[in-house]
Amino acid sequence: MNKWTRRAFITTGVAAGGVVVFGVAIRRGDRSGKVRELVAGDGDELFDVWLKIGPDNTITAIIPHADMGQGVHTSLAMMLADELDADWSQVRFEEAPAHKEFANYALAREYSMPGADFPAWLIDSVDGLFFRATQRMGLQITGGSTSVRTTGQIAMRVTGAATRTVLLQAAADEWQVPVSELSTQGGMIYHEASDRKASYAHFAPAAADLSMPDKPILKASDDFAIMGTSLARFDVPQKVNGSAKFGIDAKLPGMKYATVMAAPVFGGNVVSVDESSIQDMPGIRKVVNLDTAVAVVADGYWQARQALLSLAVEFSDGGNSGADQEQIFRRFGDDLDAAASAGDERKDRKSGNALAALDAADRIVEAEYRVPYLAHAAMEPMNCTAWIHDDQCELWLGTQNPLGFAQQVAKAIGMSQSQVILHNQYLGGGFGRRAFDDFAVQSARIAAEVPYPVKLVWSREEDMRHDHYRQASISRFKGGLDGSGNAVAWHNHYVNKHDPIEAPHIPYGIAAQRIVFTDSETHVPWGFWRSVDHSLHAFFTESFIDELAIAAGRDPYQYRRELLADSPRFRAVLDLAAERAGWGDELPDNVGRGIALHKSFGTIVAQVADVEITNGKPKARRIVCAVDPGYAIHPDNLAAQMESGIAYGLTAALYGDISISGGAVEQSNFHDYRMLRMNEAPAVETYIINGGGPLGGGGEPGTPPIAPAFTNAIFDATGIRIRELPVSQHELRLKDVEDVA
Amino acid sequence: MITLSINGESHAIDVDPSTPLLWVIRDYVGLTGTKFGCGVAQCGACTVHLNGKPIRSCVVPAVAAAGKQIITIEGVNGGKQGLHPVQQAWIDEQVPQCGYCQSGQVMAAAALLDKIPSPTDHDIDLAMSGIVCRCGTYPRIRKGIKRAAAVINALEPLETSNE
Repeated sequence: MNKWTRRAFITTGVAAGGVVVFGVAIRRGDRSGKVRELVAGDGDELFDVWLKIGPDNTITAIIPHADMGQGVHTSLAMMLADELDADWSQVRFEEAPAHKEFANYALAREYSMPGADFPAWLIDSVDGLFFRATQRMGLQITGGSTSVRTTGQIAMRVTGAATRTVLLQAAADEWQVPVSELSTQGGMIYHEASDRKASYAHFAPAAADLSMPDKPILKASDDFAIMGTSLARFDVPQKVNGSAKFGIDAKLPGMKYATVMAAPVFGGNVVSVDESSIQDMPGIRKVVNLDTAVAVVADGYWQARQALLSLAVEFSDGGNSGADQEQIFRRFGDDLDAAASAGDERKDRKSGNALAALDAADRIVEAEYRVPYLAHAAMEPMNCTAWIHDDQCELWLGTQNPLGFAQQVAKAIGMSQSQVILHNQYLGGGFGRRAFDDFAVQSARIAAEVPYPVKLVWSREEDMRHDHYRQASISRFKGGLDGSGNAVAWHNHYVNKHDPIEAPHIPYGIAAQRIVFTDSETHVPWGFWRSVDHSLHAFFTESFIDELAIAAGRDPYQYRRELLADSPRFRAVLDLAAERAGWGDELPDNVGRGIALHKSFGTIVAQVADVEITNGKPKARRIVCAVDPGYAIHPDNLAAQMESGIAYGLTAALYGDISISGGAVEQSNFHDYRMLRMNEAPAVETYIINGGGPLGGGGEPGTPPIAPAFTNAIFDATGIRIRELPVSQHELRLKDVEDVA
Repeated sequence: MITLSINGESHAIDVDPSTPLLWVIRDYVGLTGTKFGCGVAQCGACTVHLNGKPIRSCVVPAVAAAGKQIITIEGVNGGKQGLHPVQQAWIDEQVPQCGYCQSGQVMAAAALLDKIPSPTDHDIDLAMSGIVCRCGTYPRIRKGIKRAAAVINALEPLETSNE
């Protein structure tokens, strides 16, 4: 189902300076089924990927993804270069412009989240997984840990291999020898029999006239020369000397600075603004009412910020000022109760008859977990520079969704999308936040009021209070054990499903499972947050399986292991983490050890956390992380992403808590929305299994298992089961101390 | 009008002297390597050296820096060709991810090594815990500092003998 056949063809052109450009256009061969209406009326798509070969044999990969720290420019260029047999020292990259020729964004608006478009390249995939992904992601979206496994696999490698094929054909034609006698290495083509060699650049113009093969043969992993190595990243040198340009670093002639304050209660609006309240302040250029927010434009950010703080402005509350955090959780609980008693929970996954299995079980274990809202808190506060001139709107910013942003900006200022030119810069952290275009739309609307470029910079307080938040949630479990303590039933009912749909699913071979959910949405804006629903469900499910193991009187690692008899890849990852961590070794009295296993975005991750409890405070000392992404294109980069995902998830587990009071977010800055710091950061050891099969993602899968590994370790040390995050709100005492008392 | 010495260059700037140094460096002098993260000295992205000491430029009024030597990430290598050993170590250990906090990290690490050429883990915790990295590059920062320390300690006798 939803299978697409691929027909690729080359499009070429000789650009200025003799640069030859190759690309693979991907066309749907199958117009049946659900997607038919999406493509009706459209011809062949233009595509996502280009490859340029310069006269000096420079190979440039043009990459439709933003770098937000995940090193994707390097990893994707490696995939292309390897299939091409390029000389890595000659490989460069360019980020694709947000331009209509890199996407067919007329497609499938109705399937997109607001502001996003349908990613043409994602459709052409080996299974329906990517099709589902397309429902929420636009072309050039950087998110869902998709860059390597979709753009890389489908586009970069194919482009590299297909281009190599036509280069070889061009050489065979010129030298009048069979292709089979030719070989390629380091950007050169060799004919050993006649001792001839020449560069790709030499053959590129002739190759450009040939048609690209439909299905070029891709290398087997044993033949990889570049993939699977840890090459130095392109972006690192600029990031150590201050020269890397982030959105906030845009500089334009005559540029002014703006900052905004939105109605503190979500859903509220600006009721009145008294500009006279700041008329005597220096450097003020303009006050702009943006309906839901008010902006001050000034000669410098500081002047704008000071003026905004002094500005007399009144906001409405959208009828939401009664909402507070306890009331929200109470409502979640009530909605779960109501749905359970009415039997109208929504079905998520069902196998066997869990209700009957629970009835028949020897013992039932029950638990309720909850997690709070979370902010992204990217280090670079939201910002966008906009300049409306010559009938166009230029934007400088960091975005995970350039085309979606351009579309929404165009709509907001009454332009067509082709009039919006977006210059994507480095992202000072994305984590999902920079897929939401609110700040870009604000900057364009401000720019529409003035004749000069305006750099809009949000304060940290604005960034914290007007994020799109990971949802708060409650999840209830019932587990049934037989007389030997084996798990025979798994029942899970939770509030507020977003995606990916498989996030609450478990890898364990429990025959009877019933996983259901109930919607109980609030007025708090929702957003993709690194690993999305996996961030909560891994905590829920991996804590509860631990509870079942403890209830059964069994070792939590062995208990999981036995339930993975039919899932050898999961078991191998779990075993590796346990083995490298020294599972079962004696630990000091004040140290606990916990384990967790979770698959997300196609990648299986197991983590073992060693947590020391000192004066009631937990500190993660060491995390052992085993990961199977299918194949690690750039092992060091994958390890870096595991380290990063662990720090991000551990921060949330320890401290992350966005709470609502009077309808608004209570937290405002890093003093009350705390971050993990150097003195709290664990040592992280990452071990990689190249397990084969489809490639998994890298940016997100490190995050989900860390919270339960951490809290399971706390249980091991203290006997206290953390069922509500963050951990910092719990009082911890060592088990032995408790026993003595 | 206020006069600031930044990376050895004198800048006369027409700005309210109470403006935080961060915004003077970024918006008026135009050096954007120093980053805005929180505005309240909680994250350290804005760390620069003031007479050799690491400070949070988002809370230091520009006037307080007048007459002192300000060094930013753009000048941390002493205006020489090539990189400061901390910058080189950051490349060798592939420390940065998004990179936004790294100017602050490099400045804090350089100041630490100036003061303590062979820092212990505890020294590193004390010196670096004020600089938040949301990408969690802390383990690599720690390795990078130790690598840079080794390089600096190996070089120093040579530099001394050349004088």
